[in-house]
Amino acid sequence: MTIALFVGFAALLVVTSLMVILHRNPVTSALFLVLAFCSLAGIYLLLHAEFLGMVQIVVYAGAIMVLFLFVIMYLNLQHDVESGVQIALRRGIGWLAGAGLLLAGATLLGRGLALGPAAEVSPDQASGNVAAIGKALYSRYLFPFELTSVLLLVAMVGVIVIARGRARSPREDA
Amino acid sequence: MAELWSNPAVQSLTWALVKVLIILQALLGAVSYLIYAERKICGHIQARTGPNRVGPFGLLQPIADGVKLLFKEEFIPAQANKVIFHLAPILAVAPAIVTFSVIPMGPPPMFVVTDINVGLLLFLAMSSLGVYAITLGGWASNNKYALLGGLRASAQMISYELAMGLSTIPVILYAGTLSLVGIVERQGGWYHVVTLPWSLPGLGAELWLPNWGIFHWYLVIPFVIFLITAFAETNRAPFDLPEAEGELVAGFHTEYSSMKWALFFLGEYMNMIVISSIAVTLFFGGWHGPGLMFGTHGWFSPGPPWMGLVWYLVKLGALMFFFIWVRWTFPRLRYDQLMGFGWKVLLPATIVNVLIAALWLYARGAGG
Repeated sequence: MTIALFVGFAALLVVTSLMVILHRNPVTSALFLVLAFCSLAGIYLLLHAEFLGMVQIVVYAGAIMVLFLFVIMYLNLQHDVESGVQIALRRGIGWLAGAGLLLAGATLLGRGLALGPAAEVSPDQASGNVAAIGKALYSRYLFPFELTSVLLLVAMVGVIVIARGRARSPREDA
Repeated sequence: MAELWSNPAVQSLTWALVKVLIILQALLGAVSYLIYAERKICGHIQARTGPNRVGPFGLLQPIADGVKLLFKEEFIPAQANKVIFHLAPILAVAPAIVTFSVIPMGPPPMFVVTDINVGLLLFLAMSSLGVYAITLGGWASNNKYALLGGLRASAQMISYELAMGLSTIPVILYAGTLSLVGIVERQGGWYHVVTLPWSLPGLGAELWLPNWGIFHWYLVIPFVIFLITAFAETNRAPFDLPEAEGELVAGFHTEYSSMKWALFFLGEYMNMIVISSIAVTLFFGGWHGPGLMFGTHGWFSPGPPWMGLVWYLVKLGALMFFFIWVRWTFPRLRYDQLMGFGWKVLLPATIVNVLIAALWLYARGAGG
């Protein structure tokens, strides 16, 4: 049962991820990315990481991708408009990087260096995973956690500064 | 066959399927009569009678409406994105139905489909997915009014989602769990508020209140904020800007007709039921009530489990009536007011409230 579900979610994840980069319409690509996030959440659930799975949907599928869609619709991007040397260069680099990654993965798998099967976790043990994550975040990983939040704060302040700067300039001209 | 049935996995799966079927049918029936109730209440608020032609008191009106919608002509605008145009109404209904799998409608195990330890997060996840239906429906219609409605909806729902998520945190702090069944169980029984200086006739000097969320002072403001954001998340007046008919024709569903339009309608009412159920679960003690107060104090002995379902339905009904009442009583907000209210009033208020509740619970825990 678990194996069948895992194979289903994994196959969905691979197919939707491929569709994200292969589809021409940006809105459809974004929707496939949402589906990819949801299937990833499904895999998290199968690993008894319920908290992670739900947060994955709330944060990525529910908030970030909606903003992506918002921007795509606002700019009314129907198709990939760029062409010429730039896009060819970008594609070439992409193919090279992808091939390199595939090669590295294949060698690691061949040498038997890949991670083994996940340790069996009983549901009772995992049921406290909200508490476990909270404890880890606020004790052992407190410094990186606070650092990340400062980083986000900086990004927020930066966005506000940029947006305000743009809004002010026409008024100063007038 | 008997061998297969003795397998506990098969048993639980079968029962879950049976419950899903029952809930699905009950939900569809409830929605159609909720629409009838809305029209009736709206009629009486506006000094009319509401639908009264089809059947006694117009009780068969939902069936007539359903048949009409099924047989109406379906229209797809030219150059609409066909796949997404078809997908959007489905996305409007599906998340609401999924959320129902974790809502405790009575004492477990009979009246709960499944109790997962992140039930509340599942609700938040599904309500955040609800944005897609409206945004995509508006965009795929290839219509300016629909697109404006869709964009408004996405901005509005993202803004109010934050306040909604944060307003549930004091409840989580109070209950100490994210499981909805756990939250309801935490609200059973009574708690001692204060010893009065005088004695009330027949009640004594001790003042006791049910242990429901709403009766704890630090959960009152979260409840009010949750309710306000619930109106915004279901796109109902005074927050129905995505379909403001005065300015946007009908907003995101301008181009929809027939059963696809009906699905959007169904989704809105299902979301209303879901959000009211969550409010009942978080703040009104879920299935607890006289006759089923699993308590230490008081005059009530534990009753049969179905009493829990009755109490849940009574509380749900009261909240639904409130939803409808508000819709026909308040005018619509202006768009900048809506955004300003969400970001400058609700969000800071919820954050302050989380702090207050956390400090209070910590101090009380430390004190004893």
